[in-house]
Amino acid sequence: MPPISSLLFLVLSGLALGSAAVVAFSRNIIHSALALLGTFLGVAGMYITLSADFLGATQVLVYVGGTLTLILFAVMLTARIEDMKVSNPTQGLGPGIGLVTVVLLLLGKVAATTAWAINVRPSNPSTAKLGHAFLTSYLLPFEVGSVVLLAAMIGAVVLARRAVKREWEKE
Amino acid sequence: MEIGLVHYLTVGAVLFGLGLLTVMTRKNSVGILLGVELILNAAALNFIAFEHFVVGGLGGQVFTVFIIVLAAAEAAIALAIVLNVYRNYRSIMADRLTTLRN
Repeated sequence: MPPISSLLFLVLSGLALGSAAVVAFSRNIIHSALALLGTFLGVAGMYITLSADFLGATQVLVYVGGTLTLILFAVMLTARIEDMKVSNPTQGLGPGIGLVTVVLLLLGKVAATTAWAINVRPSNPSTAKLGHAFLTSYLLPFEVGSVVLLAAMIGAVVLARRAVKREWEKE
Repeated sequence: MEIGLVHYLTVGAVLFGLGLLTVMTRKNSVGILLGVELILNAAALNFIAFEHFVVGGLGGQVFTVFIIVLAAAEAAIALAIVLNVYRNYRSIMADRLTTLRN
């Protein structure tokens, strides 16, 4: 009987990678978008096992609640319903798989041959420490990040709005 | 079996590979965006794994917060652009947007 942490890791990584495979290979864009949910949840669970509990919650809130909803909106607004069956065609699968295999072999070789200075730590909650870090040593990047979000929000509204002409503007 | 750094790196690498494959082979612009999200998640997972097993401290988590923030901003802007492209071309397949060719 393997320990519960190994089982948990297997379940989470299986969820993340299985859903990612659906994202990569499904022929229906809605299936792809919904499968991204499983990837996000699996990665959020792995954050929590790596003692990044705040990031796990943030991942669920921001990605699942925000980004995925946005993507589904875009899918519904742009894909035509009648050709929904093959709404996500692929091309160049052979060269793609070849290049990805090369990249994975390279990454695996680097990860396996480098002597990482592994230092086993106990898993501790880190939300309070992260909050203190954001309000002390990382204050400036934090503020810049909020300005970036504001700019992106305004930009998205400006880009996506329809130019509506009122009656008195048409003349 | 003890779960260590290499296991998390493997998951991150495979996630990255699947994201790369999605970006390279999809024609649908929204599908390409889904691949970008996969790649960003793989990078963030690597940051957290290295922080937990090798470096310590909080730098990896701080960086991952910024990855999540920038991914949200990128998704909002990119989807606004996709909506505009659809309005102008009636299609978001990347191989049909050839106005700038030649």
